[in-house]
Amino acid sequence: MTLLDQFQLILKSQNWPDWAVYLVPALVGIIIIISVVLTVVIVYIWWERRLISRFQIRLGPNRCGPEGIFQPIATAVKILLKEDIVPEKADKLIHFIAPITVFVPILLIFAVVPFGEGAILADLNVGIVYVIAISSISVIGIFMAAWASGNKYSFISGMRSIAQMVSYEIPVVLSIVGIALVVGSFSMLKIVEAQNIPFILLQPLGFLIFFLGSLAEMNRSPFDLLEADSEIVAGYHIEYSGMKFAMFYLGEYGVALAYAGIITTLFLSGWQGPLLPPVIWFLIKVMMVFSVIVWIRSTLPRFRVDQLTAFAWKFMLPLAVINLVLIAIEVLVIPANLQWTMVLINFGFAAVLILLWSKLFTLGGGRVEV
Amino acid sequence: MPIKTESFYLNVGPQHPSTHGVFRLRLSLDGEVVTDVEPIVGYLHRGIEKLAETRTYTQIIPLTDRLDYLASMTDNVAYCVAVEKLAGIKVPERAEYIRIIFSELMRISSHMMAVGFYLNDCGAFFTPVLYMWREREKIIDLFDMVCGQRLLYNYMRVGGVSQDLPDEFMPALKKFVDEMPRYIGEYNQLIKQNEIFLARSKGVGILPRETAINIGASGPVLRASGVKWDLRKMDPYSLYDRFDFDICTGEVGDCYDRYWVRMQEMTQSLRIIEQAMKQMPDKGPVCADVPQFFRPPAGEAYGYIEAPKGNLGFYIVSDGSIAPYRLHIFPPTLINITALRDMVIGWKVADLIIIFGSMDVVLGEIDR
Amino acid sequence: MKFERYGIGIAKGLALTLKHLFRAPITVQYPDEKLNVSRRTRGNELVWFPDKCTGCGTCTKACLQGNIILVTHRGEENKFIVDKFELDSGRCIFCGLCVESCPYNALAMGVDYECAKYRRGDAVLGKEKLSLSEKHKPSAYYRPQFAAELPEQSLLLYNRKEGGQKLSIFPLSKRKRGPHA
Repeated sequence: MTLLDQFQLILKSQNWPDWAVYLVPALVGIIIIISVVLTVVIVYIWWERRLISRFQIRLGPNRCGPEGIFQPIATAVKILLKEDIVPEKADKLIHFIAPITVFVPILLIFAVVPFGEGAILADLNVGIVYVIAISSISVIGIFMAAWASGNKYSFISGMRSIAQMVSYEIPVVLSIVGIALVVGSFSMLKIVEAQNIPFILLQPLGFLIFFLGSLAEMNRSPFDLLEADSEIVAGYHIEYSGMKFAMFYLGEYGVALAYAGIITTLFLSGWQGPLLPPVIWFLIKVMMVFSVIVWIRSTLPRFRVDQLTAFAWKFMLPLAVINLVLIAIEVLVIPANLQWTMVLINFGFAAVLILLWSKLFTLGGGRVEV
Repeated sequence: MPIKTESFYLNVGPQHPSTHGVFRLRLSLDGEVVTDVEPIVGYLHRGIEKLAETRTYTQIIPLTDRLDYLASMTDNVAYCVAVEKLAGIKVPERAEYIRIIFSELMRISSHMMAVGFYLNDCGAFFTPVLYMWREREKIIDLFDMVCGQRLLYNYMRVGGVSQDLPDEFMPALKKFVDEMPRYIGEYNQLIKQNEIFLARSKGVGILPRETAINIGASGPVLRASGVKWDLRKMDPYSLYDRFDFDICTGEVGDCYDRYWVRMQEMTQSLRIIEQAMKQMPDKGPVCADVPQFFRPPAGEAYGYIEAPKGNLGFYIVSDGSIAPYRLHIFPPTLINITALRDMVIGWKVADLIIIFGSMDVVLGEIDR
Repeated sequence: MKFERYGIGIAKGLALTLKHLFRAPITVQYPDEKLNVSRRTRGNELVWFPDKCTGCGTCTKACLQGNIILVTHRGEENKFIVDKFELDSGRCIFCGLCVESCPYNALAMGVDYECAKYRRGDAVLGKEKLSLSEKHKPSAYYRPQFAAELPEQSLLLYNRKEGGQKLSIFPLSKRKRGPHA
């Protein structure tokens, strides 16, 4: 029973009309979720700028408020006050819709992210499938933005985005299926409750694939080809300014938050943890995942587009399929009370498979005769 | 049914984060594959060669600072070498050693910027640049201590250097030389074996040995193609014949080789500095007796040195007056980027950026 | 291209950046923290010593910008008396050739470097503004006699690795710099 259901019961016992019993808790939940998400996103922006500058032996923003915590707010005010420029050759309508198409699905993802025990907006029985479905919509928004800007750099970015998303969706989904097999449900709450052993230990290979895939889905380094600042300048949002740019900017961090939340839910046993309240545990884990993402960003160079797709199809997809088959066999063979044996077996298999595939795998690509 | 397609034209630059200045490339693309490229130079043309005709020989030295602004010291040296050849001036020994130490420090600094921004073009988000910037800052501090400015040094004079080293310079240089190998090790740890970096740069943008020789490339670009050519060894100017160092060469001439040649040359430069510190006379004049307004005999001279980016030459025609009749600058990077078209065709846009980055281009020198 | 090293190269790089997380930052937060400039700094604004200047005009010839304006008249014993000594610091490139050329040590580079002006006219400096004053000190560029009065240059090489810096992940904004700060 989620907190939302309890709220509804309370209202019902107070003899509220039926429509209000459904509408009021939903609205309250949505408002809470959106405000929490936007606040955390702002903290995220600050945290990334601060952390990446410390990786680079810089100080980072430290002027605005204590330790520069209000810097993202100052940035937001600056962005909002800027003139909204629409290029003359742009497709005006689509140029207008694109930021919304990117931003709204990212907010929708949070409907099924469990922040604590029962603290979930909608406990869908197909929760994780819903996430996959919704998050794919942003790609269309990115492509719309890229196309409608009428800019050649953003056009290249749009083409890259389609190639990237199509490639990485499949291994990501396959690694999720492994979890669904063990849990026996797609519901986010059930997945968390099933994790007596965190799934990062139970399915290390699945975690690796999901983590790399989600890096690609959220356009983070080393897969940040969409906005490769040294190649195509800023990619799809090169022609955006003002509020529309802010939507992309928030969306970028919002999707990072969403995926960090999903990784926490699926692999790091969600809100579960000793002593501290569940919400705090959840946020700590999310922050840790995000810090790892920032750490990777501060170190690694970027893939090339053909290497990116080759990595998805030749390395991650086969490993994801093998991982899925392995998990399926293990679920059939190993009884539930001996789950810890799966940890050993899967770590062994993950090491062997990665070593083997590193030997077999070639990125290919290279010079094209013209 | 055949689909009607057409080429996709893309302007990279003049304002673009990865053109290292104001440089323009007109690309025609097939998807992401570069089918043709036309480099367009001249956006930073300041007419330094013409300006020099109305300046005295000493007044031209500040102008040469503005050529390759990441390696001003070697520009100064190249110009002074040319004028000394023209006027037959003998440089004191201590001044020669100071010049060598400063040229090699400049080479380390310039290579660090080149490698750092090359890695930045590869997509490593500013981390290598900032790590290398830290060590470059130390070199620049040393330059600042001696000649009073951080980038536009104006330190070399015809016949030597402008001022003697301050007392605190040699201990600081010693400390720098001692701790630098550790940092070079760190750079190698950071990126050298990184699989993504290797995938991006190995075999990319190959400049074959024959092409490199034919276009007259020089510097690390030439050496990466496997040609063992370094003016410091082949035609030792100054006192370079007294030092023991290796010419670092690559094997195939790809982006990785150009990166790796530069990393190795930093170590070799440190070796030269160490030897120079030992051999340098403690006292002595640092400049020949050359007046500030001097008139070299009529004639012409071509002075050249191995600058960080390659063979940098100054051609000076004198008519016996206070200012040169004609000054011509032979910039290494302008010659090197003539190979760009052969190197990038068939590669992708992302490769174009890193191939261009691996050439180590400074537009101040190309456009003059 | 194969993944022959199984990602060890990537892991090495990640280890190095993690190591840097615990190193002190090298940023200097400029208006709050000021480093000592080099003793030989060629800072903005020259320092002119009127008692030493004979009005010979060597500096005006040495200037490659043609930037120094010198007006003189003949005084007693046929000496030059300087009526006007003016330079436009907006056009000056601070190459130091005028200081180098002065035969009477009457010119020196200044140590000051915060010389932004709101109007172009303010950048034109006359006799009074160029004279020695409390804020307007000469540097040791070509004038080694001034070196002893100036503080030692703060080098990144010395004082920003070991000395004086608190090692924390987020050092406070207003912290003290090493011995030379």
